[in-house]
Amino acid sequence: MAYMHIGKDFVPPDAPGKVTGRIKYSEDYTREGMVYARLLTSPVPHGRVVNIDASAALAMDGVVGILTADDVYPDGEPQSTGLKILTNEPTLVGEPILAVAAVDEKTAESAMALISLTIERLPFVLDPLDSLREGGADAYTGGNTFVFRQGFAQEKWTSDQITSFQNGREPSAEPQQSWEYGDLEAGFASSDFVYETSFSTAGYPHMSMEPRSAMAYWENGKCYLHGTSQSLTALAEPMANIIGVPLEDFVFINEATGGGFGQRSRAGSIPSMAIPARFSQKINRPVMMRVTREEEFTIGGARQGLQGWIKVGFRSDGSMAAMDMYCVSDSGGKGGGGDANSAAAGVSALYQSEAMRFRNTSIGTNTGHRGAQRGPGENQIMAIVAPIMDKAAEALGLDRLAIRKMNAAQNGDVSGSRSTPFTSAYMPEALEMAAEQFDWEGRKSRSRQANGSKVTGLGIGQGYHNAGRSGMDGIVRMLPNGRLQMHTGVGNLGTYSYASTSRAAAEVLKMSWDDCDIITGRTDRHLAISSPQDGSNSIFTNTRTAYGAAQDMLAKMKEIAAMDLGGAAADYDIDGSRVYQITDNTVGMTYATVAQRALELGGKFTGEAEVPEDLNSLTALSVSRLAGSALMGIYHDPRHAGNPPGFAVAMIEIELDTETGKFDIIELVNIAECGTVVHPQGLKNQLVGGAVWGIGLSVLERHLYDPQNGIPASTGFWQSKIPTYLDTPANIGTGWVDLPDPENPVGARGIGEPSMGSVSAALNAAISDALDGHLFDAAPVTTDMIINHVAGISEEAIPLAQNNFRG
Amino acid sequence: MYPVNPKLTRRRFIKGVIASGAAATSTSIWYAANGAERPPGAVERLIRINVNGQVRSVDVPPQETLASTLRYKLGLTGTKLGCNRGECGACTVLVDDIPSYGCSILTHSVKAMRIETVEGLESANGDLHPVQQAFVEELSPQCGYCTPGQVMAAVGLLRANPNPTREEARQGMAGNICRCGSYDSYLNGVMRAAEIG
Repeated sequence: MAYMHIGKDFVPPDAPGKVTGRIKYSEDYTREGMVYARLLTSPVPHGRVVNIDASAALAMDGVVGILTADDVYPDGEPQSTGLKILTNEPTLVGEPILAVAAVDEKTAESAMALISLTIERLPFVLDPLDSLREGGADAYTGGNTFVFRQGFAQEKWTSDQITSFQNGREPSAEPQQSWEYGDLEAGFASSDFVYETSFSTAGYPHMSMEPRSAMAYWENGKCYLHGTSQSLTALAEPMANIIGVPLEDFVFINEATGGGFGQRSRAGSIPSMAIPARFSQKINRPVMMRVTREEEFTIGGARQGLQGWIKVGFRSDGSMAAMDMYCVSDSGGKGGGGDANSAAAGVSALYQSEAMRFRNTSIGTNTGHRGAQRGPGENQIMAIVAPIMDKAAEALGLDRLAIRKMNAAQNGDVSGSRSTPFTSAYMPEALEMAAEQFDWEGRKSRSRQANGSKVTGLGIGQGYHNAGRSGMDGIVRMLPNGRLQMHTGVGNLGTYSYASTSRAAAEVLKMSWDDCDIITGRTDRHLAISSPQDGSNSIFTNTRTAYGAAQDMLAKMKEIAAMDLGGAAADYDIDGSRVYQITDNTVGMTYATVAQRALELGGKFTGEAEVPEDLNSLTALSVSRLAGSALMGIYHDPRHAGNPPGFAVAMIEIELDTETGKFDIIELVNIAECGTVVHPQGLKNQLVGGAVWGIGLSVLERHLYDPQNGIPASTGFWQSKIPTYLDTPANIGTGWVDLPDPENPVGARGIGEPSMGSVSAALNAAISDALDGHLFDAAPVTTDMIINHVAGISEEAIPLAQNNFRG
Repeated sequence: MYPVNPKLTRRRFIKGVIASGAAATSTSIWYAANGAERPPGAVERLIRINVNGQVRSVDVPPQETLASTLRYKLGLTGTKLGCNRGECGACTVLVDDIPSYGCSILTHSVKAMRIETVEGLESANGDLHPVQQAFVEELSPQCGYCTPGQVMAAVGLLRANPNPTREEARQGMAGNICRCGSYDSYLNGVMRAAEIG
């Protein structure tokens, strides 16, 4: 289909601001009378505050106040660990206990040193298996796991059960969570090749470039919060609830976000922004809370680590007959994360196993706050499964590309525990495109070829994430000057989807992009609710709402034209910012004139009547405040059917030096299968960015804690080891299948997360290939693991370790 | 590759911080950098520095970093603080044409030098610098938080080497981290900037 805007590059309105430094992040703001808050955080991984004596600190010149958990929770702290902004029962090192505000940061920091904190140390644990073991410490007061709607509970296995699991055998304990489909026993019985292993994948921090600093003030009973988020409207109402202010009195300001990656999508994953808001309310001064890199680690988040067991069966033709997976998930110090379930769903979607069983138990540790991180679960497990696919291909005498095609998701296929059908799926096409661009046929003979100490390895990886939601709202306005204003709540975190999804409205109205304004950045600009902009869903979800709102406006414009110029609405069409009669295009009205008439007519045309009843509460509030201001298009998106998948395929060639364990990436291609392409440059950025993240997951990023004291050892960029220019290839090939999805009005689906999983899978497969098919059954596969393997040295690492080396 | 300024080594920075009475740890540098106290025997605080071609008079404690002076005294918030400990490069500015981490330079140590920030690159009529223009055309930034530092690193690189190979650009930009992983797009921007000069 020929589009005016969809599939075309454009300059997003914020791009010039990013290259000139003019665009403002939360810490760039200042306010008259602003004071500075510093956090006193827990020095112990698990403890109970016995006493706080802040008298000396409060007596200091320049100190203006203190905020403690007792101030925030006068009736006692919430039972759930996740949403607390301050606590007297810290469950990880660095958890905020109190905040002190002063006229400058040095005074606040000096005052902190005068506070006498008496804290009772409680037993702590850093590895889920240590907590599961009988007699092992519990991460939380009340147990080592938090069961939804039931509260804290304690889960213990026998020492024999733990040891058996660590030795690679199927866990025998009852899981907390399970689902299955198909006949698993028959699947394995019919298999010609079965692979069974235990595995581990590391959790690690998000490490967004912008620390989560926030500034808040109160004015005329309203709370104004400068913060950071992935969607400013999805976050607004829950954040208002955490602060304790009615939604109508809360203004969230967030022009730009310095990276999200899942950890700033929902209020519960970034509750610390409420600290300056509550503090400002208490002391009646604007409060800036600057967050350091170390604090960004400790009050930020981390991917869940998985300790698991997997068994996969293949028939002689390469089809996956059965998959059995059991995970122990690290829920960290604040509870949370659903990675294991997503991992299983991802395997089901990508490899179309005929029978499958998933089991999981989530156990807390006194480590970072776990939550969604780019492809939570799916991207870890793909790095484990891809080398297993190659092992099966080798055992069955099949080509590595052919076995993936054999199991590839296609139109009409289903996946997951509920056998949900895909809205569309073109994985075979994506595999073909990647193979062609990478020249798989030409390169595959180089597999395992040695040149001195250097060995070539090839890898194919596939990524998946459910990539679309619905149920959100859209608002567009036509001003009397003929400009289209698109009110979007989609966050500006680097995907440019706040702009690219809005272009669906311009597309419907056939408007020049120069005549369109994106209204966003702060909630008092009256925005529509958006999805939390996590889970690769933005393009699918928010083009639906922008498109729907524009369709509503289009219908109203035709109705006004028919009213003034005669005939029926169906007799009119649009072009060139005019509504005209189809039979005589000289009879028509400009959009500006239509908008002026709408203001005279009022009622449904200006949002003052016949507003959709099922709007989300934030959208309804915005519409009520915009009513009467312009011609309005308002839309509530109904639920869609099926599972809109985001797929990606990567192919990698590496040259691995067996003397050093290091490797160079010779070629890397990352291909998207995400429906119609809306914004090529934005998509390309997701593909290259995802590739960099995939490299980090596969070989670099880790989460290390001092086992004696529970102190984090990877709080910085370099310790956590996020990829740099020199860890990634100078060129990354990209491409896309570009076939439309029927459940989206412009055919689009998301891609942000699969673009990482494909590369993490391909790189682990390439390393395995370079080492004659050796499987580490772990991610990351670090340099020391490689050289130890080559040297034949049995590793001294703890089996399946989490928050430690080889974790 | 561009040269290292011998007057702005990390050793000199740490010695300067210690001499000013602040402990040389990353977190304390942050707070010390914003302090108002004048250590005994300290040097004159009201200094003049050349920023973006303008001489600015500013009250600077001896332990204050250049990034803090730029952001919190001069309002030049384009210079970002991602780590404040010399890891990420988001605070990169040019000091006598050499890309330097603003978080790891004491402002007093650059009194006699030319400091350029991202705000100083546009021409008087508002035209973007070729690096900025190229970064827009290639859509190099994603979240944008590291972008000012990437821009300044690229400007410094191209002044020292106007026609780098892609590999030279990769090496030259390696002091700047991008968590979004937009390295490929930044390198495209650097190569395009070299073309449009």
